[in-house]
Amino acid sequence: MRTVEQTTQEVLDLAAKHFQVAEGSLAPDDDFFKKLGINSLQALELLSRLENHFGIELPDYEVQGVSDFRTLASRIQSRL
Amino acid sequence: MKSFTGKTLRWNWNDGVVELTLDREPANEIGTAMLAELEKFVGAFAVFAAETSVCIISSARKSGFSAGADLRELYESAALLEGAERLAGVRQFLERIHAALNAIDAAPFVTIAAVHGICFGGGLELALVCDIIVADKMARFAFPELRLGLIPGFGGIPRLKRDLGNGFVRDLLFTGRSVNATRAQAVGLVSQLAAEGEALNVARSNAAQIKKFDPFARAAAKKFLKPIPREDLRREIDLFCELFTRPVVMAALKKFVESTDAMPYLP
Repeated sequence: MRTVEQTTQEVLDLAAKHFQVAEGSLAPDDDFFKKLGINSLQALELLSRLENHFGIELPDYEVQGVSDFRTLASRIQSRL
Repeated sequence: MKSFTGKTLRWNWNDGVVELTLDREPANEIGTAMLAELEKFVGAFAVFAAETSVCIISSARKSGFSAGADLRELYESAALLEGAERLAGVRQFLERIHAALNAIDAAPFVTIAAVHGICFGGGLELALVCDIIVADKMARFAFPELRLGLIPGFGGIPRLKRDLGNGFVRDLLFTGRSVNATRAQAVGLVSQLAAEGEALNVARSNAAQIKKFDPFARAAAKKFLKPIPREDLRREIDLFCELFTRPVVMAALKKFVESTDAMPYLP
């Protein structure tokens, strides 16, 4: 079982890879909409990628209003 | 007409396979322009159906297959009218889209939706008329209509019931959530999964196989397997129109159209 810290790091790594930003340039408390400059459709891409990576389903209503990686990771953690 | 390039879509027939490509910015929203071209496509069946084994429907837009009905157009056109006139316009649009989608549903050739990215609302309803759905593993499916105080209006519920008929239909409708391709395959909505960017190639591979079989038997099997749920489709139009008359729907559409939220499709 992953720890929440491990999950958070995997979320950061995956987001950095998907949106092609430098590894290590994202932090848990970053607002991913602002930091990555993404729109709602790109957020859905990230959601799909996270679901595929972690092998879970994360209903979009559970991430409504979530904009930082740390909270996103905690939502994922609750589904692992 | 074996090939056509319009403002929202294009098609090209080659060696028994017709490929219909949706291509309207930003995300293949289905409004009157795309409907008119879908009607043109269906009208062309008379020209190519007899020598066609497969039709592949896909999208040229990076965002995905289709975001669904053009809600901006729906709101703006409805806002210009009142009462019975407003409802008549909505009903006329629904009757037309149902006729076009029913024709694709009942086509004598095999239809394949090659889906990537978002496949929401009316986009999912278009995919559901196809015999086979091939999905890129990054595809997502949703019926978000209840968030607007509506139900899917392009035949979604009857066709989803026809194909799945299980609790997943209610889950999808009542939560409005989007589901990924893996889940969609697990419940039987998607037939085959493709790697990222490969849905169209996988659909073409299917087409090459399907072409080998006897067309008469294929058409007979399709007719037997996939009856059009006409009574439910009729009831769907009536229910959609009944719901549309409520002020809450126009308010929700207005909110959606005017939203600057990052995720406006969420309630």
